[in-house]
Amino acid sequence: MPCRAIHISGTHPMRVTLFVPCFIDSLYPNVGMSMVRVLEHLGHSVEFPEEQTCCGQPPFNSGYWDEARAVASKQLDVFKNAEIILSGSGSCGAMFKVFYPELFHGHDREAEAKALSAKTWEFSEFLVNKLGVKDVGARFDGKATFHDGCHGLRELGTKHAPRELLSHVKGLELVEMSEAETCCGFGGTFAVKYPQISTAMAEVKCNSICETKADFVISNDSSCLMQIGGWLDRNIGSVKCLHLAEVLASR
Amino acid sequence: MTTLAEPPRHQFQLDANRTAADGDRRAAVRKALHNYSSARDKTGATFNDWKSARNAASAIKHEAVNHLDRYLEEFESKFTARGGKVFWASDSKQARDYIIDLAKRKSVRAIVKSKAMTGEEIHLNQALLEEGFGVVESDLGEYIQQLKGEAPYHFVFPCMHLRRDEISDLFHKELGTAKTDSPEELTMIARRVLRRAYIDADMGISGGNFIVAETGMISITENEGNARLTVGLPKIHVALIGIEKVVPRLADLALFLPMLATAGTGQHMTGYNSMYGGPRQPGELDGPEEFHVILLDNHRTRLLADPEQRDALHCIRCGACLNVCPIFKNIGGHAYGTTYQGPIGSVITPHFRGLEDWKHLSGASSLCGACTETCPVGIDIHHHLLHNRRNAAAQKPAKGEQLLWKAFAFLMQRPALYRLASRFAPLGSLLHPLVSGSPLDPVRSWTSTREFPHAPMRSFRDQFREHQAAKKGVASSGTQQGAKR
Repeated sequence: MPCRAIHISGTHPMRVTLFVPCFIDSLYPNVGMSMVRVLEHLGHSVEFPEEQTCCGQPPFNSGYWDEARAVASKQLDVFKNAEIILSGSGSCGAMFKVFYPELFHGHDREAEAKALSAKTWEFSEFLVNKLGVKDVGARFDGKATFHDGCHGLRELGTKHAPRELLSHVKGLELVEMSEAETCCGFGGTFAVKYPQISTAMAEVKCNSICETKADFVISNDSSCLMQIGGWLDRNIGSVKCLHLAEVLASR
Repeated sequence: MTTLAEPPRHQFQLDANRTAADGDRRAAVRKALHNYSSARDKTGATFNDWKSARNAASAIKHEAVNHLDRYLEEFESKFTARGGKVFWASDSKQARDYIIDLAKRKSVRAIVKSKAMTGEEIHLNQALLEEGFGVVESDLGEYIQQLKGEAPYHFVFPCMHLRRDEISDLFHKELGTAKTDSPEELTMIARRVLRRAYIDADMGISGGNFIVAETGMISITENEGNARLTVGLPKIHVALIGIEKVVPRLADLALFLPMLATAGTGQHMTGYNSMYGGPRQPGELDGPEEFHVILLDNHRTRLLADPEQRDALHCIRCGACLNVCPIFKNIGGHAYGTTYQGPIGSVITPHFRGLEDWKHLSGASSLCGACTETCPVGIDIHHHLLHNRRNAAAQKPAKGEQLLWKAFAFLMQRPALYRLASRFAPLGSLLHPLVSGSPLDPVRSWTSTREFPHAPMRSFRDQFREHQAAKKGVASSGTQQGAKR
């Protein structure tokens, strides 16, 4: 029985190209694999161009735009023929979608950057607003709270989609924390350039997570989870971090 | 006040590290700002459409800022027609000299001042004191900060970081009053001092929230009535206002006054909103005999010349961006070492005081964008922090950092090399516990306070390749089975 899940998504099978940011590739491979499982379960084909590296955000955020443009240029080549680009990190997705057009503004490849931007989607937005999927058939037993990554929330406007998906996960109890939209303090190189400020921010975030008595904190951005998990593991130990895709891939 | 014994960048690091570790103070500031947020959300909801209101406000400020010459001259001609005097100050020295010269010529003895961040910006109080003039701040928060000898902590809430007992102790020490825990009693202590100051003063100094071109008036917004007394009682008044505060029409205030109140303090309208059009007119019973308005540039035209960041001049100094900023909440206002704290201060200070000395403030941000989201006049605040970083790197690249990013770019443009490098991640993870937290730890500034994630043996690339191979295997065996049938 081919196309086993088309009835779930209600759309034609799509060719989805994954952008798996460098740190997810090395540190959180399960996040990428979970995205693959969810998309294949919905009947779509997934491809991963091996030539991809980094979106270029670290030098971009540090002010070194020439270096960022060189890295970004490589990704323009790699994703040239993609139809849909999916990012498992709101932050790297925002780099493609929002900052590439600015980075290439007035440069030769501006049109290509805009084209790449137009076909880039954050994972949950793609499922809910492109595919019209609310229930991916996941089951996850536990109490969780959701952290809105700033880039996903404020650059891409993602707020509702991940909650919509999570509300249909069987066995999952989702409780909102008071500081859901407060920055976790990661901010890329900020976290190592200003570790004391960054850590103070993590503490505020994590205290809010702990107030919910949730066992899990879920986010659509692994970079935030690296920060949150780093603080929780050092100071609390009992609350676990999960990427949205990992929850949606649970059966 | 923070003394800058160190270069601003080092001083910032020292102060921010100290204040970020002060859990009690951070909790108090967070609580105060949480109350603000609830109030702001409630009043913001009474606007028919806050988003449209923001767009309208942004459009009005855009019109004003892009035609400063026309609107400021319109203000000047109308204000001077009623006998007011207008002085155009290019920089802080010109503004200070004008006020000091005026005070000397008029034999001023005592000065009372209502809240004016422009005064802080040009270090006015210090200059007046050095010339022998007594100055009393009449805004309660500013008065407390003046007694304490500290700069305002927040440009709207000057002493928000102080607890009631600290204020009581301060009054006890400086004024000899009995200690009390009652806010009313503390206010009455200040009021007794301040009432005397209004009566004694022969010069009043204020800022201004808006300059209305159409009517040649300035608008002052306050909650204590102190600005009215500061303007109304002394015989000479000087208002020191940044040139970007102009709006074209009187009707614009119908939007800006409730918007400033909502974004600034969560009120529907601020307690007192006054319009001043010049000195006492013939037949009028009160008001100053002389009314001077100083239009302060002090490098605002530098910002005006930058089309990318010009919208920072839309700022109405409501302080909303500070109130939502996680950096501000955790390091407090003094760590910035600037007149204007928080996100908007980090954007504009490099333009006012030099990019090289103040670029670190643009770096000290996680770029979360809460500031831009809340700004009532739609300033692209957090993206301007990025622009400042870019401009700073272009103007004077930090050699070590530039080299790092060049190496990074070299690696990331070469997928094979990158894949080879990332092969070492699991090995790095394996060896990391040996050096974790020590001076040899390459990620020490992370691991000093947080755990670093462990890199699994198989990367996503590896796993995806296996996954594809397995699928192919299943597919081909499936086809074979199908063929058999």
